[in-house]
Amino acid sequence: MEVVDHSHWSPILGRLWWDAMPQEPIVLATFVVVALGGAALVAGLTYFKLWGYLWKEWFTSVDHKKIGIMYMILGLVMFLRGFADAVMMRIQQSIAFNGNEGYLNAHHYDQIFTAHGVIMIFFVAMPFVTGLMNYIVPLQIGARDVSFPFLNNFSFWMTTAGAVLVMASLFIGEFAQTGWLAYPPLSNLAYSPWVGVDYYIWALQIAGVGTLLSGVNLIATIVKMRAPGMTMMRMPIFTWTALCTNILIVAAFPVLTAVMTMLTVDRYLGFNFFTNDFGGSPMMYVNLIWIWGHPEVYILILPLFGVFSEVTSTFSGKRLFGYSSMVYATLVITILSYLVWLHHFFTMGSGASVNSFFGITTMVISIPTGAKLFNWLFTMYRGRIRFELPMMWTVAFMLTFTIGGMTGVLLAVPPADFVLHNSLFLIAHFHNVIIGGVLFGIFAAINFWWPKAFGFKLNEFWGKVSFWLWVPGFWFAFMPLYILGLMGVTRRMRTFDDPSLQIFFIIAAFGALMIAGGIGAMLVQFAVSIWKREELKDETGDPWNGRTLEWSTSSPPPEYNFAFTPIVHDIDAWEDMKRCGVERPTAGFRPIHMPKGTGSGLILAGLSTVLGFAMIWYIWWLAAVSFLGVIGFAIFHTFNYKRDYHIPVETVEQTEAERTRQLAAAGA
Amino acid sequence: MTATAMKSELTQPQLQAAFYDLDEHDHPEGGSTMLGFWMYLMSDCLIFAMLFAAYGVLGGSFAAGPGPKDLFDLKLIALNTAMLLFSSITYGFAMLAMEKDNRGATQLWLLVTAVFGAAFLFIELYEFSHLIHEGATPMRSGFLTAFFSLVGTHGLHVTFGLIWLFTLVVQIGKKGLIPANKRRLMCLSLFWHFLDVIWIGVFTFVYLMGML
Repeated sequence: MEVVDHSHWSPILGRLWWDAMPQEPIVLATFVVVALGGAALVAGLTYFKLWGYLWKEWFTSVDHKKIGIMYMILGLVMFLRGFADAVMMRIQQSIAFNGNEGYLNAHHYDQIFTAHGVIMIFFVAMPFVTGLMNYIVPLQIGARDVSFPFLNNFSFWMTTAGAVLVMASLFIGEFAQTGWLAYPPLSNLAYSPWVGVDYYIWALQIAGVGTLLSGVNLIATIVKMRAPGMTMMRMPIFTWTALCTNILIVAAFPVLTAVMTMLTVDRYLGFNFFTNDFGGSPMMYVNLIWIWGHPEVYILILPLFGVFSEVTSTFSGKRLFGYSSMVYATLVITILSYLVWLHHFFTMGSGASVNSFFGITTMVISIPTGAKLFNWLFTMYRGRIRFELPMMWTVAFMLTFTIGGMTGVLLAVPPADFVLHNSLFLIAHFHNVIIGGVLFGIFAAINFWWPKAFGFKLNEFWGKVSFWLWVPGFWFAFMPLYILGLMGVTRRMRTFDDPSLQIFFIIAAFGALMIAGGIGAMLVQFAVSIWKREELKDETGDPWNGRTLEWSTSSPPPEYNFAFTPIVHDIDAWEDMKRCGVERPTAGFRPIHMPKGTGSGLILAGLSTVLGFAMIWYIWWLAAVSFLGVIGFAIFHTFNYKRDYHIPVETVEQTEAERTRQLAAAGA
Repeated sequence: MTATAMKSELTQPQLQAAFYDLDEHDHPEGGSTMLGFWMYLMSDCLIFAMLFAAYGVLGGSFAAGPGPKDLFDLKLIALNTAMLLFSSITYGFAMLAMEKDNRGATQLWLLVTAVFGAAFLFIELYEFSHLIHEGATPMRSGFLTAFFSLVGTHGLHVTFGLIWLFTLVVQIGKKGLIPANKRRLMCLSLFWHFLDVIWIGVFTFVYLMGML
């Protein structure tokens, strides 16, 4: 491949020049399709006059439920992008044998595997998890919103800003070719001179601000805003896992911020944090980034452990087995997740004692995790299990995640890791736990709480089609990688010399195809369910015979969640209320005090996007202007003291009368 | 009382009163602010922890360039430290004035704090420019990279603290010492003292131990 000269710079446009336009036919075609699709979307929204509605009811809303849904939509859109990357890699690897170079050149292929990892972790798994916590936690603790509603909206838009930058890199310039953690010295200016790594840095940095603030917000919400009577040991397990996840976020994301800043000053100002010469230390980067990175994987999985707990207990019709052991297991995992980071680079050469320490702490984590699995199994034991979709995903998780966990323990043995480090075995392992744990959990959660969010259930037939394509598809896609890894095939390879390996890659590509079918079926499931929403309607607000407070209000819940704040006497507060036969109060409503929507979050995030873009392209004047804009607007925002209003009692009465009608119609 | 016992003994209105807060009033605003801000501060503390750790790793990597003994002027740093510590005391006086609902005195002490804070920044910038003139730039070695980043990040925090302080002086002027402004003063107070604590760490760990 010829080397392109990107050294052009002008005061007005910085590094931005014609060579930033898509060069490769695949990217160009994608660009055309996306541009046409985007134009159609904008035209449609304009034609149906939806901009005002979107701006007023969604973009500027501080309602935690709407923000939660927007997070989920962001996650879904980015999931399609990340999966497209995955399919491209699987096709490339299944054909690049016997001298065939495949259809992706090295520059493009390296961007794809980097983008796939970055997108799936930061812009798929994180928005999904944050969206779920945002939607569910305030409802589960009987609150009307989060502690800092404006910050919540701002956090969402900052995450979106990061996603926008990653997507922009596809069409303007390039993305990093470094792998998803951008290790130096490869990510230093000397080896990655153009904009790829800068896109990476600024996307993560801006999205990271959003994640950190939403972590602070949700901790404060859980600590301060629980309904009366809900002691810590009466909190629903999902709320517990959300609390631990957000503690991890607040304790881990500053590390990422710091490391990214260090890499930034290395690249922009010629500092020597991670350089090979002048006393820099690239291995310090690897240590620091994994001090963030390992807690990060627990940030992703813990809330889903909570989801599985809620689903198992609801669909077994029993209180969760071993509630307190579940809480303590979660806490132990939270703490231990900080003591294992070095297992990501046993091969660094820290010596036998250090490696043994981190090997042992890693294996110890499997104990609380194992305790959780037994708790779920004992909850199912002698329960009246209903195999609805959320429960199916939960059972698939238990099987899949256990295998993934066991290969993880295998990798935790340093001598074994020396053989398997950076091999496809590792790739199979972490997809085994992230898909089998996080993604299956998200699917369980979507099927479980969709009726709460929208007032109708999801279509079961298409849900099952998706399930039966996804789960075997996953096994087809990743079992061959375990075998290849054991045979010594390393990750991130574009072409192969040994033709005997090809069959495994073809099987893996077949698995990816099945997963594509599963994703397609899921989109059909959403479409069909929205189409037939009248048939699938749930008027009770409690379609699964739920146990926690979110099921005590209507579906979708009113803006204020609860007309009267519930008082909690037991774990599974809603189940307790049903058992005691408490009737919903239908009179004596009061005006409800609520936070007011604001466009400030969107404006600040928009300015941050411009700032990031300007920094990436060395457009210094624009960077200065947008930076001053961010500071100035933030100060301007603090001069607004009127941030709340009252929902008038008439509105509450109307809403609640409608709810009474619904319940009567449902015969409840 | 167990839940089942409740069911058998209580009438429906009693049950409703037991399970719903029927007489709820508006919750005062800002009840979570101090907790939330405290968590933000702890996350900020972690950023400094990373910079300290980087200094710990790179602090001895001089790359054949100058080291702490060649560069640091402890008298200047002592003066600098005094400025920052005085600014914390005067911020304390501002808070005392706030407690007495004395708007003018609060603003005055805030401005005195700003003077000390600005003096601290001025001395720090003087030190930096002096080092850079001697060729001890952050690009020179791992040690200098870590030094400038740690001390500079602290200085940036002080700068933002000053911007915040001036904003608050204006807001107190406009709205008076209303609860929202008192909350903001309390947050800035935490922030300002936090920067003091970090500086004690910098002074000890970087300057004093560097001169040993």
